[in-house]
Amino acid sequence: MRKKGNLLSLIPYYIWILLFVIAPILLVAYYSLLDLHGHFTIENYKNFFTSVYLKMTLSSFWYAFLITLFSLLVSYPAAYFITKLKHKQLWLILIIIPSWINLLLKTYAFIGIFGNKGPINAFVQAIGLPKQQILFTDIAFVFVAVYIFIPFMILPIFNALDKLNPALIDASRDLGASKFTTLRRVVIPLTMNGIKSGIQAVFIPSLSLFMITRLIAGNRVITLGTAIEEQFLVTQNWGMGSTIAVFLIIFMLIIMLFTGEKRKGAVRNGKTK
Amino acid sequence: MKALVRATIGILLVSGVLMYIAHAMDTTSGKSGKNILTVYNWGEYIDPALLKKFEKETGIHVVYETFDSNEAMMTKIEQGGTNYDIAVPSEYTIEQMKERHLLKKIDHSKVPNLKNIEPDFLNLDFDKDNQYSIPYFWGTVGIVYNTKMIKNHNFESWDELWDPSLKGKVILVDSAREVMGVGLNSMGKSLNSTDSHELQAATNKLIKMAPNVKAVIGDEVTQLMINGDAEVALTWSGQAADMMYENEDLTYSVPKEGSNLWFDNMVIPKTSKNIDGAHKFINFMLDPKVAAQNADYVGYSTPNRAALKLLDPEVVNDERYYPPKEVRNKLHVYKNLGKQKIGEYNEQFLKFKMSIR
Repeated sequence: MRKKGNLLSLIPYYIWILLFVIAPILLVAYYSLLDLHGHFTIENYKNFFTSVYLKMTLSSFWYAFLITLFSLLVSYPAAYFITKLKHKQLWLILIIIPSWINLLLKTYAFIGIFGNKGPINAFVQAIGLPKQQILFTDIAFVFVAVYIFIPFMILPIFNALDKLNPALIDASRDLGASKFTTLRRVVIPLTMNGIKSGIQAVFIPSLSLFMITRLIAGNRVITLGTAIEEQFLVTQNWGMGSTIAVFLIIFMLIIMLFTGEKRKGAVRNGKTK
Repeated sequence: MKALVRATIGILLVSGVLMYIAHAMDTTSGKSGKNILTVYNWGEYIDPALLKKFEKETGIHVVYETFDSNEAMMTKIEQGGTNYDIAVPSEYTIEQMKERHLLKKIDHSKVPNLKNIEPDFLNLDFDKDNQYSIPYFWGTVGIVYNTKMIKNHNFESWDELWDPSLKGKVILVDSAREVMGVGLNSMGKSLNSTDSHELQAATNKLIKMAPNVKAVIGDEVTQLMINGDAEVALTWSGQAADMMYENEDLTYSVPKEGSNLWFDNMVIPKTSKNIDGAHKFINFMLDPKVAAQNADYVGYSTPNRAALKLLDPEVVNDERYYPPKEVRNKLHVYKNLGKQKIGEYNEQFLKFKMSIR
């Protein structure tokens, strides 16, 4: 009886997955094989391997890499210090709350902050330097993207660090390992899964960022996401838009393969407990 | 399981109560009932006081919604599920909407105020005899610049945008037809060119402008120009008018090689449920007093010659807003070039954008 009930309660999830995960992916794959007039073609795929799109793919990866790297560099120490604090849940909430605010609103705020008359330029001029063009540079773009993604990086790392048994660190110190060695040989390997989920949560969405590329980078940075938006909304070439989306899905799968949790390791970790 | 059921029932209850309240509020504000007119227009593109006036005169309740691109508007109407009675697309979109049978014919006998429209703006190529559309506003594409920051240019020619002194100062609009049009016009070619070699040449020329480009953005440019955060921008005349109203250092120029002349027009989408009300609305907007008040508020150029007499002569005689006929003759209306060519324009535009570093 009990088992049957469980199976029944799973049906809505299967329907959900079928309708909202599998069907859309199949549709994207199907549309990617259509040209402007609805005939079957592989022209879109050939088109993707021209210099324009290859260059765009490379630059998307480069910026996604930079964004992930800087998010990690900021988030790991931040998460580490939060776990050491007294009211760590409160601090965590304070970091997460900004992620509830709409992404576009935050981006618009940065237009003002980075502007020629914004606070940053006011500061730059106050210390006697000439006015800087900050808006519409790739540094500004990476900065805003990192700011937006930091909560997504901190959360999994925080969870991993929080679960870490402090006895292990004490043991390492007792056995004579320096602070740095403990961090490198004990803490980081044991929180690797948190880091990997963080990287997934940041790298993959960064590949397809689009509004920020226009608002902050003034289209000086063009990602695959920008190209998809344009193909669907302006050019109305759904085929080409879908083809770029297919490649994006493939890239995501590859990244997930590389950053996925290794079963074997997890079991071994379990045993050591 | 029990907790889950309880939570579900709780959420359903709350949603039900909220729906009831929303419905009750709609009823008290008169949104139910048949006498509604749904207007779908560009943002900031009508004087809201006029909607009130129309409601008072006719007793029809107006629901007003806005869109920010022709393409988004057309997609929404095409997908169905909407009941817009009036929409305000640009000319090339009207051609597309006609092809896809998304428009209803306009009964001219119900729009006597049509006589107020300047004949030059009627019976144009995109809609012969104005069977489906009535002009709302018109304007040009040109260059707005800050005269305090840019002293050695007056942008009588597109080629001035390539001048090395403007390094990192030019803002372009993120729209393929407009930017490719600059490239084509600057070489003396038509902005409706369908010749792939010409398009390629235009892109190659635009790529040489890349070092001068500060950014390629949308409506955000208005604020940047007003604040003095940007020096030169490619923009539409009405947007330029908004900027100049806020910042006196700005001025607007349409280069002599020619540019784009555009029209936004009122149409009745086929989804309309209040066709009679839609005709009343169109006729109301063509009334000279109403059109003048609207033009004064919105800042774009009105095609209504009777309204011109009621407007501030300083505005009407300003050639930046109302270019004389010999200038207008050099301006061209976008043609619908078909999906294939529009795709090519966009691919070339993308290539140009990729060259900006």
